[in-house]
Amino acid sequence: MTLPETPVGRLRWAVADTRTLTGRALAHWARRPGEVAVGLLFPVMVVLMMGYLFGGQMDVPGGGGGYREFIMPGMFAMTMLFGIETTFAAVAGDAAKGVTDRFRAMPTSPPAIIAGRGAADLLHSVAALAVMAVCGLLVGWRAHEGAARALAGLGLLLLLRFALIWMGVYLGLVAKGPESVAAVQTLVWPIGFLSSALVVPDTMPGWLGAIAEWNPMSATVTACRELFGDPGPTGGSWAAQHSVLLAVLWPLVITAVFFPLAARRYRVMGR
Amino acid sequence: MTAPQFAVVAEGLRKRYGGTEALAGLDLAVPAGTVHGLLGPNGAGKTTAVRVLTTLTRPDGGTATVAGHDVVRGAARVRTRVGLVGQHAAVDEVLSGRQNLVMFGRLYHLGSRTARRRADELLERFRLTEAAGRPAGQYSGGMRRRLDLAASMILAPPVLFLDEPTTGLDPRSRTEVWDEVRALVEGGTTVLLTTQYLEEADRLADGISVIDHGRVIAEGAPDRLKARLGGDRVEVVLDDPSALADAAAILARAVGAEAEVDAAALRVGAPAAGRAAALTEAVRALDAAGVRVADIGLRRPTLDEVFLHLTGDTAQDRKEVPA
Repeated sequence: MTLPETPVGRLRWAVADTRTLTGRALAHWARRPGEVAVGLLFPVMVVLMMGYLFGGQMDVPGGGGGYREFIMPGMFAMTMLFGIETTFAAVAGDAAKGVTDRFRAMPTSPPAIIAGRGAADLLHSVAALAVMAVCGLLVGWRAHEGAARALAGLGLLLLLRFALIWMGVYLGLVAKGPESVAAVQTLVWPIGFLSSALVVPDTMPGWLGAIAEWNPMSATVTACRELFGDPGPTGGSWAAQHSVLLAVLWPLVITAVFFPLAARRYRVMGR
Repeated sequence: MTAPQFAVVAEGLRKRYGGTEALAGLDLAVPAGTVHGLLGPNGAGKTTAVRVLTTLTRPDGGTATVAGHDVVRGAARVRTRVGLVGQHAAVDEVLSGRQNLVMFGRLYHLGSRTARRRADELLERFRLTEAAGRPAGQYSGGMRRRLDLAASMILAPPVLFLDEPTTGLDPRSRTEVWDEVRALVEGGTTVLLTTQYLEEADRLADGISVIDHGRVIAEGAPDRLKARLGGDRVEVVLDDPSALADAAAILARAVGAEAEVDAAALRVGAPAAGRAAALTEAVRALDAAGVRVADIGLRRPTLDEVFLHLTGDTAQDRKEVPA
């Protein structure tokens, strides 16, 4: 085997290795279909719980479709947020078992090891969004503004997931072991709830509502409500009025912070 | 390129983690085609040395070449010429044994057909063909370790690093791993292995470096290391405790050196510079004096004794710490 001497050769290796490692994740799903199904159906269960148990008590601003149509964009974003657990557990597990060290001691393209994880997790999230969209259609959610705007909304959701991949990779490399996934699972809930995903920030105490409005989750959720034409609070703060802009900016900021952190951590792993 | 005489050379390697100096000027020279043991207590710097030599960690100072390439400047080239078996069996536990080997083969940039063929060869060679389709997570400790070895042999690298390869294995699996290592060396591979088991180093290694506090404190062939502690000894075990003092005096006179008495074990021992001649003389003298002997023989100090002697009491304390 000879090492590639040119940038093109190195890129070819990186692409090939990314494909191999994405294939590894797909092979995992094929070997553990039950686990995958439970993972995909978990947010569906939350939709049914929220929609049918709490829904009757909720007043939805902006009228029309009711609480279930209000929470669907929120639950799409929550599904993206839950994805960070998948990334975290996979990365922390590989690091703890020495698999990452094996990769690092091999002539495998270093960026491919992170990129392969990212590609696999994005594919997983596309599947998760598809399941959630079907679930939404069944409980009465609709995208009222046409296919182009609906796709733009889904694109923003995947952009959020893309940003969370690097956060998950970084946290997974920093963590002491895969057991810490419980901590991530716990933290995900307050981050998700402290946003406009499932409730209206106006109803919170003032300072808490302000945090919720500026939560990156809220930006994506509010932008999706706008693009899907779903009910939601209108007007409000600057953040709420510029949700589409923020739904693009926030993920870029998160990526700009966590991608270099993750890459650096990977290079100096185990110091 | 001609094969270098030394497969691994390290000169003055240093690595500091916070306040502790994991490597404090480590020197190594491993001749190609041999097995070299890095022996030392926990925390001596064995794993750090392996991490530096396999490019996983950058040294703070010093230089090292592995298979002819510098581990810092030529890291990418070193990675194509080494195999690493770490302390954990670093395999994907969800994938089957075959899927693991094909995946690693692809990541070594073998074509897909070559990767599959190589996987089958290695499964056969490491006696895993029958279990090839089962998830590696269901393998026994010994099988997982063999799969790990197979994965590091995909490119048949000229230099193989084994970091405590038999820690946590049962005796049978341990013997299996030893056999595999011997077979690899017969095939021309240079092996550097770290171990806390002196028996392992004694059985496998052509040369040993005893390291403590990040530097080499003794090195040489196992026999030479043992000889450094003193040569062979005559040891006599008695039936009757009252005869200990007499036996010690007779033995001392017979070998011409001071004898030591271990009353609890009913044992008397003395250096035997003349080996067989000293033994014969001791038997004759004890018999003439009418001392009843339960057992008598020549004994060479074990590597354990050498090791404890070299690393001192602090090392003995640290040895209590589980791996």
